[in-house]
Amino acid sequence: MDFRFLPMTENDKKEMLDTIGISSTDELFSDIPEKVRLKRDLNLKAPKSEADLKKELVQMANKNYNLKEYTSFLGAGVYDHFIPSVVDHVISRSEFYTAYTPYQPEISQGELQAIFEFQTMISELTGMPVANSSMYDGGTSLAEAVNLSAGQTRKKKVLVSKAVHPESQAVIETYGKGPNLEIVYIDHVNGLTDLDQLAKELDENTASVVIQYPNFFGQIEPLAEIRELLNQQPKSMFIVSSNPLSLGYLTPPGKFGADIVVGDTQVFGIPAQFGGPHCGYFATTEKLMRKIPGRLVGQTTDENGLRGFVLTLQAREQHIRRDKATSNICSNQALNALASSVAMSSIGKHGLKKMSELNMQKARYAKQKFVEEGFEIVTNGTFFNEFVVKLPVSVSVANEKLLEKGFIGGYDLASYYPELEGHMLVAVTEIRTKEEIDAFVKELGDIHD
Amino acid sequence: MTNQDFPLIFERSKEGRVSFNLPEIDVPEVDLEAELTDTYVRQEAPDLPEVSELDIMRHYTGLSNRNYGVDSGFYPLGSCTMKYNPKINEDVARLDGFSHIHPYQDPKTVQGALEMMYDLQESLKEITGMAGVSLQSAAGAHGEWTGLMMIRAFHEANGDFHRTKVIVPDSAHGTNPASATVAGFEAVTVKSNENGLVDLEDLKRVVGDDVAALMLTNPNTLGLFETEIVEMAEIVHEAGGKLYYDGANLNAIMGYARPGDMGFDVVHLNLHKTFTGPHGGGGPGSGPVGVSAELEPYLPKPLIVKQDDFYTFEYDRPQSIGRVKPYYGNFGINLRAYTYIRTMGAEGLKKVSEYAVLNANYMMRKLEKAYDLPYSQHCKHEFVLSGRRQKKLGVRTLDIAKRLLDFGYHPPTIYFPLNVEEALMVEPTETESKETLDGFIDTMLQIAEEAENNPEIVQEAPHNTVVKRMDETTAARKPILRYYKA
Repeated sequence: MDFRFLPMTENDKKEMLDTIGISSTDELFSDIPEKVRLKRDLNLKAPKSEADLKKELVQMANKNYNLKEYTSFLGAGVYDHFIPSVVDHVISRSEFYTAYTPYQPEISQGELQAIFEFQTMISELTGMPVANSSMYDGGTSLAEAVNLSAGQTRKKKVLVSKAVHPESQAVIETYGKGPNLEIVYIDHVNGLTDLDQLAKELDENTASVVIQYPNFFGQIEPLAEIRELLNQQPKSMFIVSSNPLSLGYLTPPGKFGADIVVGDTQVFGIPAQFGGPHCGYFATTEKLMRKIPGRLVGQTTDENGLRGFVLTLQAREQHIRRDKATSNICSNQALNALASSVAMSSIGKHGLKKMSELNMQKARYAKQKFVEEGFEIVTNGTFFNEFVVKLPVSVSVANEKLLEKGFIGGYDLASYYPELEGHMLVAVTEIRTKEEIDAFVKELGDIHD
Repeated sequence: MTNQDFPLIFERSKEGRVSFNLPEIDVPEVDLEAELTDTYVRQEAPDLPEVSELDIMRHYTGLSNRNYGVDSGFYPLGSCTMKYNPKINEDVARLDGFSHIHPYQDPKTVQGALEMMYDLQESLKEITGMAGVSLQSAAGAHGEWTGLMMIRAFHEANGDFHRTKVIVPDSAHGTNPASATVAGFEAVTVKSNENGLVDLEDLKRVVGDDVAALMLTNPNTLGLFETEIVEMAEIVHEAGGKLYYDGANLNAIMGYARPGDMGFDVVHLNLHKTFTGPHGGGGPGSGPVGVSAELEPYLPKPLIVKQDDFYTFEYDRPQSIGRVKPYYGNFGINLRAYTYIRTMGAEGLKKVSEYAVLNANYMMRKLEKAYDLPYSQHCKHEFVLSGRRQKKLGVRTLDIAKRLLDFGYHPPTIYFPLNVEEALMVEPTETESKETLDGFIDTMLQIAEEAENNPEIVQEAPHNTVVKRMDETTAARKPILRYYKA
């Protein structure tokens, strides 16, 4: 097989061996002890030509039921939104996607400026003064926020609402084992955090309170009331995980005195791609600026006074501070942050509000249709673009039937909430049409009958 | 601001301009403001740009012209493996059947995706010689922490709660000690000897029944193979500790040796290095973790399993450390790595390591005449020079790096590893031609000559870039981390 990524010719090889003063490349590996040398070929599938491999992988992709061919009402943290064409054209420019982390600012101004713009947009959306250059995803960003709160307050108890994304809860638990955190879960009542229980648990040992807004069930948590509770324990930190698209219409968490706001910008220009890569964001106060995990880009000037950008406050980071770093994060999600920046620029100041509103209007229409069809809607508070419907059958049975009709149904809440057997979390984004919503509700109604 | 500043997207904004049109609303509208009340209706719109579609393309095209990737030119950045990013990877990752699938779809509707993940898990097990692999970790450092959490869980399951230390060599990547801290351990350093390898005597001194693990990259960050790896594994294992392999440097040994055979218990890989996931300007990466049979029960869940001919998730793993990330890892990057492995096969991957090592040794022998080479044995995929000879002439390694920019190269990694003075860490990778290496070598020799005869030209570099050296001190002292409208 010819290998098109390997430019070495026999002549080159001979000249290079001569320069080194050896006769075979084997000599370069002679320092590997005999005992641990691999004395057989690796057992992998045979290499394939570009044409053959592409054919095989297209077939493999075609085995998947995709969101472009099926009409989806599945959300639960990952959403199917419209992605403007400009996004992929920008992130396909190889000056961006084949670059390393911008450690050499003179030849990395493009990436650095793009990140600075991303930080500005996240700051605007969340109402927080400082945002970093990205985290792996919303879940790990939230877990880092929790660990930061424990380090900052020197307290171990963290109150996490059960209406936070259950996989984020799981990630918080794993991250919390490092500093030995005590995670206390606050129940939900019909999809909203139980404020009475929260008030009871909140005490002087509480490092932070973790709320999702809108929460996993799509409900808009009363941040103003939660802030009031927290005012009783002003040393405890207020951590809010937020879908940034919703902040086009909702009052941002910064206005409610959040200390850290995190989330995922997948909603802006990033396809679902089976759960990753997406893009976490992390925003906080001036006070916590020097404790923030991950990379930060700052504005400065060059020797001639020209404006430019550099990675800054690096004394927080692992490559400088090593074991004293605020986090071990190194690679982040830069290219996806770029995708989200392009999408946010494209959607724009007024488009964002409209897009956010359109999600809310369509979701309300769908909810109303379910009510008319005789379904019980379990979540009865105000919401963004998701709500919970109670079905007469299990969600998996319903989804199987929906699939036959060309629908990917909603999320089966029984997967994480045993008490919610037969409850479907339905997501309605701006790309769903009235006809699709009508047909979806009707199909589910037929299962009902 | 001078007229040569490149405008921010916000500075291109003009009220009323749009580049996005939503479909008209086709459902009856309800009064949202009444429903949400003033408290929850945003009163002030976030100040996103108002630009046209062409404005966006001009802006980001302009920014891309102020950036430098592997497709722009040679990128010998040590420890980063800046090899060519195959274009087929990008095409495959954009297929609707891969990019537009939801993580909560029924497994029977995503059999192609699960098959790819399963097959990748199996391939990585074979390449590393480990018993089990999880694809969940999002990047190298995330993989390190995942691995250490598994080691911690293993010790705790044995009732061993006193192993509080993790040993890292003085030449280790900064993420190693940082990951140890995040996993709740204390990082302790083991010294290198005069050959640039871990000092076995010092290892014996720091090892003990309070040590959870030794973290090691092999070849190490000097590009040298730890020849006493078998002895080191014995020392650590005898003391009850585990051996952790930082896979950042796997590009040197594929098909020649496997971490599992060397005695490593846990391995992470950087799929965005060795396996051509692009670096993306800093990410996303992917950091799968492999383990020995003994540690397999602790892998993050779910794993991808094959039951008869059906691929699905395995959640019932009671000893698992749990989730390290929502969903199943950076699927899109894993898919690119899979495409690469299938392009190369066993034969191709072994050639990758052969040529990566040949290229590095060739450059090292050509450059050792003009720059100090602290360790003179054959290197693996990278080598470390010292600029101390030039420093005596008043030219620092930073200056050499900046001078390289004038010639259109990305500089090597500088001032790392920490145990070499004025370090220049060069990793050419296997995808570069001899002509490219020769061009870079000539430039490096010229810069060495300039350092002697015309040091100012090096000290004042770069001369040809869009901005000159930046004032990093002010950036850190008075941080400006976002734009505010004037």
